[in-house]
Amino acid sequence: MDAELVRERARARTRHSRRNTAVSALGPLTALAGLIWALVQPYRVTLLDPDHGHGFWYLAIQPPLLVILVGAIFHFWVVPGLLADLEDVEERR
Amino acid sequence: MTPPAEVVHWMFATGFLFLGLCLLAETIVGREVWRRRSWRKYLWPGTAFLMGLLMWPVMVFFTSSAIHMLAHGVWAQTMMLAGAAQLALVRGKLRNPLWELTLPLALAVSGGAFLIHEQNPWLFSRAAFLHHALGWTALVGAVITLGLFARPRSPVFNTGFALVFLAFATLLFCDRNVAPIFGHLSPLAGAK
Repeated sequence: MDAELVRERARARTRHSRRNTAVSALGPLTALAGLIWALVQPYRVTLLDPDHGHGFWYLAIQPPLLVILVGAIFHFWVVPGLLADLEDVEERR
Repeated sequence: MTPPAEVVHWMFATGFLFLGLCLLAETIVGREVWRRRSWRKYLWPGTAFLMGLLMWPVMVFFTSSAIHMLAHGVWAQTMMLAGAAQLALVRGKLRNPLWELTLPLALAVSGGAFLIHEQNPWLFSRAAFLHHALGWTALVGAVITLGLFARPRSPVFNTGFALVFLAFATLLFCDRNVAPIFGHLSPLAGAK
């Protein structure tokens, strides 16, 4: 009976760890996609060439940098609380 | 100081990307964990409502024809309806699950609006291609949300719902005011 309980808990921990890893990977993967995009199409990053006569909006809104920013915000703002709640719920089960 | 149309699309794309990541995270951890904090609970319906609201200035400042304007107006209304209904469902003010159907309605109307107001063929220009692609993506999203209505806990439909938003973000980030698509750009669209 005890061994069965231990096995069940180990399975739950593995499941938890997979969810943990998947959620933790979303932000860095998004930021990586933005970085790759910036390398493939550097002309989309107008900051690299600010004297070219770009207007305010083209200097303020640069798609690859926005993708990196979203990845970072998601990772540092959403994920920590979510992982804490996930661990809390898993521990109660 | 009005931003160019492509910049507006990139700003919407940023919002869709964040929302898509949040919906994907909700699918991974489960609704029970996701809804443990109230700001997370209200994030998706609140954003849907806000996007509907922001569609009004888009309609006023960025539409160039009557059909374009009507499409954006109808679209704004259904997005606000879906967002408001979802907010009320989460809050518990609405209890009838049939209100969930406002979501497939909003996506179907959004898809229809894209497809009806884009009167040029797919390869006319990049903007035309993206209008067609976004329209069909929204219609696929409507089918997925109908599935979600029937089976709210289905990981397939929940993942599909999140992926629809990530697809929206990707397509909107690809938008340019005048640009070729797969080497095609009609002279009528501005090709030199």
